[in-house]
Amino acid sequence: MNAVATDAGRRDFLKLSALAGGGLVIGLALPGCGRKKPLGSAAGGQPNAWLRIGGDNTITILVDRSEMGQGVYTALPMLLAEELEVPLAAIAIEAAPAGEAYVNKLLGIQVTGGSTSVRDAWDKLRLAGAQARVMLVQAAAAAWDVDVAECRVEGGRVLNADGDALTYGEVAEAASKLPLPPDVPLKAPGEFRLIGTPAKRTDSAGKVDGSATYGIDVRLPGMLYASVALPPALGGKAASVDSAAAEAMPGVHKVVATAGGVVVVADHFWQARQARDALKIAWDDGPNAKLDTAGVFATLARAAKPGAGIAVRGEGDAAAAIAGAKTRLKAVYRLPLLAHATLEPQNCTADVRADGCDLHVPTQVQGVAQATAAAAAGLKPEQVRVHTTLLGGGFGRRLDVDFIPAAVEASKAVGRPVQLIYTREDDTTHDNYRPPAHDTAEGALDADGRLVAWRLHLCGPSITARWAPAVVADPKVADPFAVEAAQNYPYDVPNVSVEYQRQEIGIDVGYWRSVSHALNCFVAESFMDELAHAANKDPFEFRRDLLGKQPRFKRVLEEAAAMAGWGKPAAGRQQGIALMEGYGSYLAQVAEISVEGGRLRVHRICCAVDCGRMVNPAICESQIESGIVFGLTAALWGEITLERGRVQQGNFDRYRLLRLNEAPAIEVKLLASDEAPGGIGEPSTALVAPAVCNAIFAATGRRLRELPIAKTLKA
Amino acid sequence: MKLNVNGRDLDTDAAPETPLLWVLRDHLNLTGTKFGCGAALCGACTVHLDGVPIRSCVTPASAAEGRRVTTIEGLSPDRSHAVQRAWLELDVPQCGYCQSGQIMSAVALIAANPSPTDADIDAAMAGNICRCGTYPRIRKAIHRAAELAREGGAS
Repeated sequence: MNAVATDAGRRDFLKLSALAGGGLVIGLALPGCGRKKPLGSAAGGQPNAWLRIGGDNTITILVDRSEMGQGVYTALPMLLAEELEVPLAAIAIEAAPAGEAYVNKLLGIQVTGGSTSVRDAWDKLRLAGAQARVMLVQAAAAAWDVDVAECRVEGGRVLNADGDALTYGEVAEAASKLPLPPDVPLKAPGEFRLIGTPAKRTDSAGKVDGSATYGIDVRLPGMLYASVALPPALGGKAASVDSAAAEAMPGVHKVVATAGGVVVVADHFWQARQARDALKIAWDDGPNAKLDTAGVFATLARAAKPGAGIAVRGEGDAAAAIAGAKTRLKAVYRLPLLAHATLEPQNCTADVRADGCDLHVPTQVQGVAQATAAAAAGLKPEQVRVHTTLLGGGFGRRLDVDFIPAAVEASKAVGRPVQLIYTREDDTTHDNYRPPAHDTAEGALDADGRLVAWRLHLCGPSITARWAPAVVADPKVADPFAVEAAQNYPYDVPNVSVEYQRQEIGIDVGYWRSVSHALNCFVAESFMDELAHAANKDPFEFRRDLLGKQPRFKRVLEEAAAMAGWGKPAAGRQQGIALMEGYGSYLAQVAEISVEGGRLRVHRICCAVDCGRMVNPAICESQIESGIVFGLTAALWGEITLERGRVQQGNFDRYRLLRLNEAPAIEVKLLASDEAPGGIGEPSTALVAPAVCNAIFAATGRRLRELPIAKTLKA
Repeated sequence: MKLNVNGRDLDTDAAPETPLLWVLRDHLNLTGTKFGCGAALCGACTVHLDGVPIRSCVTPASAAEGRRVTTIEGLSPDRSHAVQRAWLELDVPQCGYCQSGQIMSAVALIAANPSPTDADIDAAMAGNICRCGTYPRIRKAIHRAAELAREGGAS
C-alpha cells in the first residue's frame, strides 16, 4: 500500500498524565476519547500512551506497529531515544494495544502496512521524546532552583553546572505535573547521534535463543488448542457435520461449527488435528464451485477494454500518437494469483469470558482484529483487549483477520482460552491472494527511435473495494493500490495514458508485499525493455535518456548500472535492468543471469536505493535483501491455481519458496540522501521480476510476459 | 513416555506417535521450536537427536525415547554458543520465526565440519526456508560462527 489514503481529519493533542505509582506518561488526547477508552491499555491504565517513564527509571515505548521482521521494534524506539537522549538499550519495548492514538496517519486506521511505519512515526515520536526531555529538565531545574539553561541531559540523567544529577525516574513524577511545553524544537539532522546509525536490532536476542513469543507461542492457563476444517472450495460452507467420531477421540473437548469452518477443540494441537480428519462433513461448494484459473483469466481478458478504464494519467493523446507512429508495439502481460506464505501459519488465541475477551494475535490491524473479535463474541469492541505478539512474517497476510472469528467462537463455546492454528495447507489454500492481472501495454517510437507515446491499461480485481470500500466508493476513482508504479510513470514522454479497469473474479484478493508495485513494475519495466530493443538502443541508456527531469530516478539507475558493471557481465551471463519509485523510495536493480539448456540461474542482483533519510541503514539493507528474495521467489515459481474453486497448492512442495542454495549474491548500495524518509519494507520486491525477465530476453531473445518464469520459460 | 531433552529427563503423557514437535511445544512448553509445514519441507522444527539435526514435525516422539533431544533452548543458557553469537553479531533474524531451525542446522554443520565452504553451507542449509530472505546473512554468520568456534568460543 502507498501513503495515499486519508487524513483522519482531526487534530492531535499530546497529552500528559501521571503514571499510577509515580511517573510520566506521554500520549495522545483525542476529542471524545473519554467516551471510548480502550480497556486495559498496557500503559498502567493510561490509554493511548506512547511513552512511559517510571519512578524506577524504566523508560517504555508502546510501539504501535507490529514487528514482523521489518524492524519497527528498533527503528521506532530509535526516534524516541534520539530526542530523549538515552541509549537505545535503555528503552523497553511493549506492543501497543488497539486504540485511536495508534492510528497510522498515512493510512487512516491502526495498521502496519504500506511501508509507512517510519514515515508515520518520524515527527510524532521525535516530538514525544523531545517534549518528555524538556519537561524532565524543567522538573530537575525546579528541584535545584536553577535555570533550565544551566542543565543538560546525558544517559538518562539531568545534570546541572554544579555537577548534581537527577535520574529521569527521580524527576518523572514532578515532570508529569508540568504543562506540556509548546514549540519544542527538534534536532537538526546534523545533530543526530543515533538516527542514521546501524544500531543493533532490539529483538534479536529472543530470536536466537527461542524465547521470542509469536502467536503460536502464547500459553494461557487452561488453554486448549484447535484445528479447523475449512471449506475446500473458497466461499463454500459446511452443509452438514457428523462429529461423533471426532468427539470420541482422545483429548477432544468439543466440535464447534463456526461461520468460517468446523473447529475441533482438544487438549493438544495434535489431538485436534487428528480428530479433524475424523469429521464427516458434507460441503456446499458455494458460488465458486466451478471456478478455475483459466476461467479467472478468461474473465479478465473479456473485460479488458483499453480506453474504457478509469484514467489515472493522461498527457497528450497517447492513442492518436500510437496510431500515427512509425513503430508501434503492443503486448499483453498476465500475472498469477499469489499466496503470502508467512512461515508462521495464521493463528489466534482467544479467551472469551462473559465480560470481555483477550485476543493474542499476530496481526497487522489491531483495531480491525478488535472489532472482528467483538462481533464474533457478541461483545463491544472496547471489551476486547488485543495483545499483539511478534509476527512470524506479515507481508500483508495479517492485514486480514479471517482466522479470528473461528478462534473466538470456539473459545466462547468451551468457556476456556483456545489457540487455533492453521496447518500449512490451511494457510496456503485459504489466503487472500495477490490479485491476478491482465494488462495491456502499447508504445510508439518515432523515426529516430524516440519514445513518443506510452499507454498502459491495467485490469484486475480490487483489494481496496473489499478492504476499505469507502476509498473507492466513487466509481470514477481507481483503487489507489492497483495503480502504483504505473500512475507515477517517470519517463519523459509527450503522450502518456494510464488507466485502470476493475474486474472482480469471484474470490477475495489481498495486499501482498509491495502490492500493485510488483504487478505494474513488471509490466512497465518489461515493456520499456521491449521498446528499447525495438528502438535498437541499450536498455539502460534508453531509460536514462528519458529521465532528464527525474534526478532521483536517474541517480539510482546510474548507480545500479555502475555497481553491476552494466554492459560487461561475467562470461556467459546476461544482464537486465529495472527502475521504480515506491513508498517514497527510488530503486534500480540489475540482475545478472545465465540460461543454459533452458535452465535459468540468477547469479547476482545489484540494487541501488535512494530511500531518503534513513533511521537505521543496517535494517534498510536487510529489508532490501529480504524484498529481493521475496520478489525472486515469486518471479521464479509463484503461482496459485484454482480448480472447482479449490486452491491446488498446499505445502511448500507445490508452493515453492527460494532456499539458501538458490539465493543469488545480493549487493545493495544505499545512497546518501537528505530527502524525507521513504518506506523500505516492500519496494525492492517489485523490481526483481522485470530485471530478471529483461536479462532472460538478453540471453535468449524470449520475452516473458507471464509469470512465473519457471512455467513460462518451459512452455 | 520419558524423553531426555536438553539434558533433563522429562515425563510426558503424550501419545507415542505424536510428532516430537508438538510434544516439545505443547506438552513440555518448549516453544522455541517452530511449526512451519508439518511435512519436513521448511526446517522450522529442526532439533537434534543425539546431535543429528532432524525435522521434529515428522518424527514420532517415540523415536526420541532413549536418545538425547536438543532444542534451541538447550544450546546455551546465555546465547553464548558460537552460532548464537555470530547470529547476534550480524543481526541475522528479521521476523525470526525460522531462526531456531536455521540455528540448529548451522550448529550441526559446524560441529561436523569446523570450516564449512559455501558449498557445504548450501548443502547443509537447503532444508531450512527463510521467508524473509535472510540467506545472505545466514551464510556470513555461519562463516563467522565457524571462526568463533575455532577460536574456542563454542560452548
